[in-house]
This record gives sequence, C-alpha cells and structure tokens, in this order.
Amino acid sequence: MGALLEVKGLKVGYGGIEAVRGLDFSVPEGTIVTMIGANGAGKSSTLLALSGIVKARSGSILFAGREILGLRPDRIVGLGLVQVPEGRAILSPLSVAENLDLGAWTRKDKKAVAADLEKVYGLFPRLAERSKQTAGSLSGGEQQMLAIGRALLASPRLLLLDEPSMGLAPLLVASIFTTIKAIARSGTTVLLVEQNARQALKIADRGIVLSHGKLLLEGSGSELLENKVVLEAFLGKEGG
Amino acid sequence: MDLSLLTDPVFLAQNIVDGLSRGALYGVFAMGFTLIFGVLDIVNLAHAATFMWCAFVGWLVMAVGGLPLPIGLVAATLAGSLLGVGLEFLAFRPIRKEGADRLSSMISSIGASLIMVSIAEAVFGVSTRRFPSKVLDPRPFFIGGTGGLRISRAQILILVASTLLMIVLGWFIRKTRTGKAIRAVSASTKASLLLGINVNGVIVRTFVIAGGLAGMAGVLVALLTNYISPPMGSTVELRGLAVIILGGMGNMEGAILAGFLLGLVETFTIAYVPGGSDIKDAIAFLVLFFILLVKPEGLLGKKKADRA
Repeated sequence: MGALLEVKGLKVGYGGIEAVRGLDFSVPEGTIVTMIGANGAGKSSTLLALSGIVKARSGSILFAGREILGLRPDRIVGLGLVQVPEGRAILSPLSVAENLDLGAWTRKDKKAVAADLEKVYGLFPRLAERSKQTAGSLSGGEQQMLAIGRALLASPRLLLLDEPSMGLAPLLVASIFTTIKAIARSGTTVLLVEQNARQALKIADRGIVLSHGKLLLEGSGSELLENKVVLEAFLGKEGG
Repeated sequence: MDLSLLTDPVFLAQNIVDGLSRGALYGVFAMGFTLIFGVLDIVNLAHAATFMWCAFVGWLVMAVGGLPLPIGLVAATLAGSLLGVGLEFLAFRPIRKEGADRLSSMISSIGASLIMVSIAEAVFGVSTRRFPSKVLDPRPFFIGGTGGLRISRAQILILVASTLLMIVLGWFIRKTRTGKAIRAVSASTKASLLLGINVNGVIVRTFVIAGGLAGMAGVLVALLTNYISPPMGSTVELRGLAVIILGGMGNMEGAILAGFLLGLVETFTIAYVPGGSDIKDAIAFLVLFFILLVKPEGLLGKKKADRA
C-alpha cells in the first residue's frame, strides 16, 4: 500500500525553541499509525503543523501525493486531512447537533452528510440522545465522542487524533480504542498520538517513537511493544 | 421634587417610551461591538468612530445631497461596512499575523479611532450638524391629546428598527452558514480552523455586519438626539462598553437587554431623581456595578468554564 501521508525533514519551532527538528515518517493508506514519545517530544507540534495551524519552518508534507505544507488550514481539511486536537476543541456554547453539523463544513454532498450523521449517531448513541444539549454540558467522555464524531463528518481520508484517551476513565479509554479500530476498519487511515502507549500500540499497524523532535524508532505495533527502549521509557518495567 | 409625578401614569409611560428608545440606541450600537468581541476577543475601540463617520455620511447624503431617509440609511450602512472592512485590513489583520496579543489589537483600534476622529474634525469642524426637518418630521405624535403620551417619529423608527435588527440578526446568526461560522469562531478559533472554516474570511464578514450596524446606529442616533459632531461617538462608546459587559461579553441578546436596562435607568434617573440629569451616569454605572457584583459574567453571559 502506498503512503497516504509522507513527511520529510519537518521542522517546527516557536520563537527560539525548536519543537520538531527534521522529522521523517509516513502513514500508509488504510492503516493505524501510533506516534508515541515523552512530553515535549514534538508530537502535538507535528500534528498542528500537518493541519497547518502551526507554520512549519521547513520540510515537506505530502498528503495523497500533494504538497500541503503552507496550505491554509481550511484547505487542508477540505482535502480530507482532519484532526481531533488535544483537549478536543469542541464548541461548548453550541449544541451537540450544531457541533456535528459544523463538522461537515467543507462538504457540499448533503445526502452523504446526512448518511454519515446517521452513522456517527449509530457509533455514539449518546450523542443522538443529547443532540440538543450544549456541548459544554457533556461529560469528558461524551465530549471526546463528539470531537471524534464531528471529525468523521468531515469525511476524512486521514484522521489525526491527539491524545483521545486523555482524562477519561479506564472503561471509556477501552471503548475509545475500540471505536478507533472500527473507524480504521471502515477505511479511514488513522494517525494516533497517545500517552497510553500500550493500548495505542496494540491497535496500531505501525508505531513511531519521537524523541526531542526527531524519529527515534519505528516498527510494527507488536515489534515496538517488545522493544527494550519502548518498554523502559513508555510501558513501565513490568513489560507487556 | 414634585411628588405628584410619582403617581402620574402618563409620566411613567412617557419615561418608559423614552427609556426604551434610548436603550434601543445603545443596543444597536452594542450589537456590532459585541459581534466583533465574539470573533476576535477584543473590543474594537474604533467602532464609535465608525458610527460617527456614518452619521456624517447620512448627513451628507440627506442634508447636503437632499436625498430621502431610506437612501441615507442604506448609504450609512454601506459606509459602515466599508469602514469595518478597512479597519480589519489596516488595523487588525497586520497585527494578528505577527501573533501579537489582544492588547496590541486594542491599542491599534484606539489609534484608528483617533485618526478617524481627527480627520472628521478637519473635514467637518467641531460645530454640531443636524438633519433638516424634511428628513424626518420632528413633530411628535400624541396619544391621549396634547397632555398625553408623546412619541416622536425618530423614537418609533429606532424602536422598530432595533427590534427588526435583533430578529434578523438573531435569525442570521442561528440559521445561515455565515452565522454559524461566526458562532463557531466566537467559541474557538482553533476548533474553527480544524473544522475547515476560513477564519479570516469569517472575520471580514463579521466586520461587514458590525460596521453596517454601526452605520445604522449612527443615523438613528443622530435622528434621535439631533446631534452630529466628531466627538459624538465617545459618549455612546462608554455606554456601549458598559452594555456589552453587562449583557455578558460576546452575547448579543444580553447586549440588547442591557441596552434597554441602561436606557431605562438613565431616563428614570432624570425623571424621578432631583438633579437627575447631572448624576444619571453615576446612577447608571452604580447599577451596572451592583449587577456585576452579583453576576460577574453579565446578565446572559456564560461562566468562564463554559466558554473555554
């Protein structure tokens, strides 16, 4: 399978700080790729650069064969690269239904959008129950469902998920990972950034490990689960 | 103090009418103010200068050009939109690009305001202009004879116009694509970018609407107060600020409600408190102060936690 996303020599910085310093990686079409790394390794900066929210200093980001570095964020979404950022970024004063409606902002195919909305409500029945509530009144888990559901309504080819399990109870974490797997199975490529490295690598086809803004390791999910460095740094000594 | 006034129902009704029309004026001004605050998280301190310039545009079209009121209103609205867009491109966007904090944008808008007022002073001088009586008949209607309730055409116009604007704008913000985008950007710029919304485009449209509102407010206020002059914006600006804070920052319905409240408090202070016209501002802002003590987020404002 070809690479849907191909990142080469990506550099991202803020003022004097260089958060990403020449990162190379790729995401094959139809897979789940998990990106792990310590706090400050450059994971979120990388995702924000992919979405065009943060301007990359140099490098190349090929998405479906097209250079998207330097494109406006709304154009990138229009091409099918959609992100659920860290902290979910739901629109709290708006209703759940309005949030979902805005997810399909870049789409013109109204019928397909309506069908996708039904799918999202099928995936997350809680959202259907609470469609008229304001998004800010949802629980943390429901907000994460809303953020993911909203991103799905953009009909993504590549879905970027930044820490989807953050702040959620263990039971909910498990269900979020199940959902991510289901999303990937239905044909959406996923790039997942997670603190919860073990569960994330378990569902991933491939894993990449970032350290100080550079690629440290890469391999299949199962390889990384047994890798010594990964075991010690991210999975705890007791092993997997 | 004349105690008989306290029990006079006509006097009471008169003050309600006067207070509401004064409040409607604050509301129309504050609507544009609060819209900009919503999307940019800054107070556009050149809003009042836009308002003043539009009053002059209305004056030029109607008093100098001799054209009728509807054309004057449309011209002022268009001028306001144009000035709004100009402000976005000259005073706000260049700074936003540098990633500066909100304070610099606010200071930039103060600068723009000073420039606009100075140019107006240079062009029009400091003397007060008025609309000729052919623009809008200044004779009021009387309900219940000459001793009864007095209501001017300007008051009717501003009450009707403000009500219509509230309804239309409320519909626009809730139902149209641009309206939804404005609400999304108001809630979160970053989330809006990630949804694929062209945030800069939304900001330009917001300035078109807010500027247009300032333009309409300029002509309506000038009709009501019969006063057009370069400093006319500053008195309304302070009240507009008070009104958007009282209503809950960025909340349009709240701003309108607070506008009416402020208008009523001012009018009632003048009417019922001895020496009221001298202390109306003090009383009005005292009321505002106490409301904010009890409800710091404003009348219809969301608590901080919900806005995040």
